[in-house]
Amino acid sequence: MAQPKLRVLIAKPGLDGHDRGAKVIARALRDAGMEVIYTGLRQTPEMIAEAALQEDVHIVGLSILSGAHLTLVPRIMELLKQQGQERVRVMLGGIIPDEDRPKLESLGVAGVFGPGTSTGAIVEAFSRAVEPQELRAAEG
Amino acid sequence: MSLVPPVLAGDRLALARLLTQLENETPEGLEDLSALYGHTGQAHRVGITGAPGTGKSALVNRLVQELRSRSDSPQIAIVAVDPSSPFSGGAILGDRIRMRDLSGDPGVFIRSMANRGALGGLARTSSNLVAALDAAGFGIVFIETVGSGQAEVDIAGAAHTVVVLDAPGMGDTIQALKAGILEIADLIVVNKSDLPGAKTTLAALRATLELGPAARNKNRESKWTPPLLLTSATTGEGIPELASAIGEHRRFLEHSGEWLVRERERVDQEVGRLLRERLAERFLKTQPDGFYEEALRKVVAREASPGAVVEQLIESAVAAG
Repeated sequence: MAQPKLRVLIAKPGLDGHDRGAKVIARALRDAGMEVIYTGLRQTPEMIAEAALQEDVHIVGLSILSGAHLTLVPRIMELLKQQGQERVRVMLGGIIPDEDRPKLESLGVAGVFGPGTSTGAIVEAFSRAVEPQELRAAEG
Repeated sequence: MSLVPPVLAGDRLALARLLTQLENETPEGLEDLSALYGHTGQAHRVGITGAPGTGKSALVNRLVQELRSRSDSPQIAIVAVDPSSPFSGGAILGDRIRMRDLSGDPGVFIRSMANRGALGGLARTSSNLVAALDAAGFGIVFIETVGSGQAEVDIAGAAHTVVVLDAPGMGDTIQALKAGILEIADLIVVNKSDLPGAKTTLAALRATLELGPAARNKNRESKWTPPLLLTSATTGEGIPELASAIGEHRRFLEHSGEWLVRERERVDQEVGRLLRERLAERFLKTQPDGFYEEALRKVVAREASPGAVVEQLIESAVAAG
């Protein structure tokens, strides 16, 4: 039996065209041994939920710089739930005002990372989000 | 809990989870695959290979759109393989970036795979994932390899139809003469026809092919001559022709009996590989601790060659009964 890998989807929902941050994170997660599916710019919530399902990821990392997080994130969470993907953790990075954090957390977002967060801290949060036994239990 | 009934019923979440289990080679996953195996054998396995940057993913995006727009289109799955980092074991799987137009089509399923260190252009478990997609009812399964050069020809054993991509500016005519990737082609495509130099690349490939059919086809006395096609994933030029040529190749395989020849070759490779792996695994399990490490030490110390050490291992085990 092969060593299971943490599978992560990194996606940029919405219309802002700045993906440098998302790429830096994808690279750091790869260097930490994770398999990172990178979907590119301008993804709709539907595209993200569908990709998460087909790729059977443990974590979806969203990068949002446009300020539309309070519209996009609830829609993505709702779609994941509809498809039976409740176990998928959602992490959010980008420009997120502090006052929006409680709202996002109450929606079930597992982590919010603002500008200046070190890649090390993000890698650690992603690694810790999934218990080793869940990884080994092969999602049966 | 068995994933077999939901997978057969078309549950995409169950299918995705089975694919993960197969990638991780879990006992449950392999058991489910055994149960599903009787449902395989319907899908047309189409390999897409070529050097990095020849436009494999973008072409698959266009090609699958074209096939899905036809009234007789089956459901289509794509297994896209990208390389794992040899250092961290992680990977960035980016093939979906170029396949965004396929999103939202419930008749399409895309799965990205890291090759997890395998060298032949696919992952060790790619073939099992393809089998599961076959059983789940996908009538065509595209297998997109890691960007390949000359020797990554595993796809020839995994697919019924191999499409080899080239693009302008990828190398001179001697590259095209070398052994390997062109020999496994059933269809040869010069992609990026909108770029300057495409016609030159096409002419160079044509001149190479006129030197004679590839060795593999000669051995089989195949009547199939790989056609040369010019496509552009950007403008869409040549895509309908490519889609039709893939269908034509399938019909050729079926009518000529080569379909079964290829199935047998594929199964031969797969069963042979599994047998070697399992035998080695079981053999080593029966030997005392340190037995294998001692053999490695001898080779590192140049006391014996790898070939000699393997003979010694087997001889001493046989002698010990």
